[in-house]
Amino acid sequence: MSEDLLRIDNLHVSFSTRRGLVEAVRGVTLTVQAGEMLGLVGESGSGKSVTGFATTRLLDAAGRVTGGKILFRGQDVTKLGGDDLRHLQGAAMSMIFQNPRAALNPIRAIGLQIADAILTHKRISKDAARAEALELLRAVQIRDPETRMNAYPHELSGGMCQRVMIAIAISCNPALLIADEPTTGLDVTTQKVVMDLLADIAAARGMATILITHDLGLAARYCRRIAVMERGRIVEEASPKTLFSAPQHAYTRRLVAASPTATSRIEDLVTEEERERTAAVVGKPRPAPAHGTPPLLEVRKLAKRFDEGSAAVADFSMTIAGGESVGLVGESGSGKSTTSRMICRLIDPSEGDIVFDGQSIGHVAARDFHRSRFRKDIQMVFQDPNESLNPRYTAFDCIAHPLMRLDGMRGGDGLRKRVEECAERVGLPLDLLPRFPHQLSGGQKARVGIARAIACRPRLLVLDEPTAALDVSVQAVVLQLLDRLRRENDIALLFVSHDLNVVRMLCDRTIVLRNGGIVEQGESRALFDNPKTDYTRKLVEAIPHIETGPALAAAL
Amino acid sequence: MVKTGLGATMVRAGRRLLSSLPALFGVLVFTFLLMRVLPGDPAVFFASGPNAGKEEIELIRKQMGLDKSVPEQLVFYLSDIGRGNLGRSMMTGQPVLKDLRERLPASLELTFTALLIALVAAVPLGVVAALRPGSAVDHGVRLFCALGVCVPTFVSGLLLIYVFYYLLGLAPDPTGRIDVFASVPPQRTGFLLIDFLLAGDFEGWWAACKQLILPAVSMALFVIAPLARITRASMLVSLGSDFVRTARSVGLSWHKVVVTYALRNAILPVITIAGIVFSTMLGANVLVEKVFSWPGVASYALDALLSSDYAPVQGFVLLMASLFVVVNLVVDICYGIADPRVSIG
Repeated sequence: MSEDLLRIDNLHVSFSTRRGLVEAVRGVTLTVQAGEMLGLVGESGSGKSVTGFATTRLLDAAGRVTGGKILFRGQDVTKLGGDDLRHLQGAAMSMIFQNPRAALNPIRAIGLQIADAILTHKRISKDAARAEALELLRAVQIRDPETRMNAYPHELSGGMCQRVMIAIAISCNPALLIADEPTTGLDVTTQKVVMDLLADIAAARGMATILITHDLGLAARYCRRIAVMERGRIVEEASPKTLFSAPQHAYTRRLVAASPTATSRIEDLVTEEERERTAAVVGKPRPAPAHGTPPLLEVRKLAKRFDEGSAAVADFSMTIAGGESVGLVGESGSGKSTTSRMICRLIDPSEGDIVFDGQSIGHVAARDFHRSRFRKDIQMVFQDPNESLNPRYTAFDCIAHPLMRLDGMRGGDGLRKRVEECAERVGLPLDLLPRFPHQLSGGQKARVGIARAIACRPRLLVLDEPTAALDVSVQAVVLQLLDRLRRENDIALLFVSHDLNVVRMLCDRTIVLRNGGIVEQGESRALFDNPKTDYTRKLVEAIPHIETGPALAAAL
Repeated sequence: MVKTGLGATMVRAGRRLLSSLPALFGVLVFTFLLMRVLPGDPAVFFASGPNAGKEEIELIRKQMGLDKSVPEQLVFYLSDIGRGNLGRSMMTGQPVLKDLRERLPASLELTFTALLIALVAAVPLGVVAALRPGSAVDHGVRLFCALGVCVPTFVSGLLLIYVFYYLLGLAPDPTGRIDVFASVPPQRTGFLLIDFLLAGDFEGWWAACKQLILPAVSMALFVIAPLARITRASMLVSLGSDFVRTARSVGLSWHKVVVTYALRNAILPVITIAGIVFSTMLGANVLVEKVFSWPGVASYALDALLSSDYAPVQGFVLLMASLFVVVNLVVDICYGIADPRVSIG
C-alpha cells in the first residue's frame, strides 16, 4: 500500500484540570504502514497513551484534541461522529489495555463479551457469534476454550485475561491494533508468551500494531521502528539498532542508559554528566568478613501456610551477612513477598526460625515485634511509594515517625537534624520536607520511603519491589542510591524483585523462588550467565534483551 | 477452581441464616428486658376501670404472671416462644401471632409497593444524573432527592391527601386498605392486589390499588434520595471504569455500553442499599400507617407500646428482626446471582 495506514499530523491534546489546561500531547507526528509494528516508547506523562487514546477516540471527557489531524486511511478520525465512529472502533482499529483484568467486564462471561464485540459489527445470529468467539479463544491459545467461554474474568489469570482482551480486539479483524502497555504487570514469562502471541496474530492477519510501552527492551524485541516520546513530543524515531547504538537526542541517551541490560552495571545507568555527582562514593570494595563471623540474618526452614490450601512458602533457608545484598526473584505467587514479610516480622511464620544477630526472632509474634529492640534493625521499603505513605503525613512526619517511635526521640532540633540528615542521604531536597505525598513525584516519594526506612540506621533493609512502580530513569537513580547506602553504611539488603536485570546489578547473591520453594541460588552473575535449572533459564530468557554490540559499549 | 454458581450461594445463605440465630436470641432477650424497665404497669392499665381495687389489680397481675421475678418471667417467655406462642394481646384479646399474621400482609404490601415505586423512579434518575454530571438534569435530580428527604413522610402524606383527595378528588378516602363497603376477596396470600387478581375481581383490584397508591408514594418519596444517590455514584464509577472503555473501544452501541456494561455493574451496590431501605421502611412506616389508617403491624405495635401491652411489642420486635434477617438473606442471594465474584469469599 502506497498510502500510510495511519498518519498523525502535528497532534495536540489538552486536558482541562482544576489547575487549568494541561497540554499532554504537543505536536506529535508519526505514520504507521499497513502490517508494521511500531513501538511508541516513553516514561509516564510523556503522552504516549494519550496519543493512542486520541487515535481510537477514547479520550475521557476532560481531554480534547486541540490541533492537528489523525488520518486513518485518509479519513480524519478526529472529525468522525456517530455511526461512522462506531464503524471505525473495533472494526477498523481496536485497542488492548494495561491491566487486563480491569479492562474486562467483571460480571459478564468472557464468551459473551467477545460475542458482544462481534455482534456489533456483523449481522449474524447469536449462535454464530458464539461459535466465532470460541474460534477466537482458540486463536489466542486458551486451553479448554469451551469451558472458558462461561468463565468470568476473576476466574482467569492476568495473562489469560490479556488473551481474552486480544481476542476481543481482533474479533473484527481491524487493520490497526493499539496495544497500550499490554504486558505491564504480568510476569516475565507470561509477558513473553503474550507478546509472542500478539506479534504472531498481527503478522498472520496483516494488522498494523502500535506498541505503547515504557520498556525499551520490549519495544526493541518486537518492533522494527521505535518512536521515543518525551513531554508530549516525539524526540527521536529510528530502528532499535540505531536507537541503541547511536541515540541522537539527549533524552533517548538517558533512557537507553537507564534501561538495565544483561551487562550493565549500576554505575552505567546514568549518563556521563549525571555520574559526576555520585562518582566520588563509588569504589571502595567491601572488606571480606572475617572467618567465623556469624551471619547477620539466618533463616532456617521457614514455612508459611495460610488458612487453607498448600503452603505459600515451604522449607526456606538462607543467610545474609552484614552489608551483603541478596536478591529474591520469582514470578507472582512464588512466595517472595510472603517470605520478605516474614523476615520483616510483619507476618508470623508457620514453621521454622529466623535468627537475627544471633538471636531468634522468629517466635516473637508479629504484632509484638514493634517492641523488640530489633525492630530498628530490620526495616522495610514497600513496593508502591504512593500507597505506602500516609497521605496525611508530610514527608518530614513520615521520616520522623519511626525516629520518635523506635529511637524514642522527641520533637525539636535533634529530630529535625536527624530527619534532614536522612533526607540528604537519599538526595531529597530539604524544601520538599513540608510537602504531602500527593505533592511529590513518584521518585521523590520513593526517596521518602527509603529515608523513612534508613532513619533508625537499620542493619537489614528489606525492599519489596521498590522500583516496580517507577520509570526507568527514576529507577536508575534509586538503584544507585540503594547501592551507595549499602556501601556507605554497611546495610545488608534483601531485594525482592521480579526484574532480573535489576537484581543482577544490585545483588551479590540471588535466590530463585518458585511455588514457595527455592529453585536455585548462587552468586548473581554466575547464576544468570549459567543457570542450572530449566526454570531459571526460562526466566532469564524471557527478559527482553537489548542487543548491545561492542559499538554501543564504546559509545557509552 | 472455586466453587461457583447457585450452589455456593445457597450454602453461603444457609450459613448466614445460622449465624443470625444468636443475634435473634439477643434481640428477644433485650426487648423483653426493655419492656420490663419501661414505666407503666400493664395490670393497672388493663384493670376494669380507674376505680378498680387493689385486689383486682393483683389478680390481673397474677393472671399475667407479673408477680414472678423477671428471670422467671423470661424463662416462661422463652419457652412459650419455643413452642411458637407469642402470647396474647390485652388490647385485642387475640393471640399476638394471629394479630400479626392478619396485619403483616398489609405492611408488606405497602412497603413492597413503595420500594418498587422508589426503585423505578430512583434508578433512572440516578442513571440520567450520572450520564450528564454537573448538568441541569443532575442538579434537578439532586434537588428532588433533597426535597424528598427533607419532608417527613407524615407531612408528604398529608400533603398528598390534601391535593389528591381534598382538592382534586382523585384519590379515595384515606381510610385503610379497601373501601368500608367493598367486599373483601377470599384471603389467599393476604396481599389484596394479588387476592383480587386471583378472584378475578378487577374492579376490586383497582379500588385497592387506588387506596394503596398515596401511602406508597409518600413512603417512596422518602427513600428515593438514598437510592438515586447511590445509583448515581456507582454509575459514575462504572462509566469511568476500564471495562466500559473497552466496550467503547470495540464500538458497542450506546445502549449496550450504558445498560449491559455500566448499569449492570452499577446496580450491585443499589441491591444492598435497597435491602437496608426495605428493612427500615418496614419498621419506620408507622407514621404513614397512622396517617392513612393503614391496618399494618407498625401502628399495631405503637398502640401496644402506648398501652404497655408487652406481648404484641415483643412479638413485633421479633418479627422485625426476623424480617431483617430474611431481607438480608434475600439481598445476599440476589447479590450472589448478580455478581459472580461474590461466591469466592
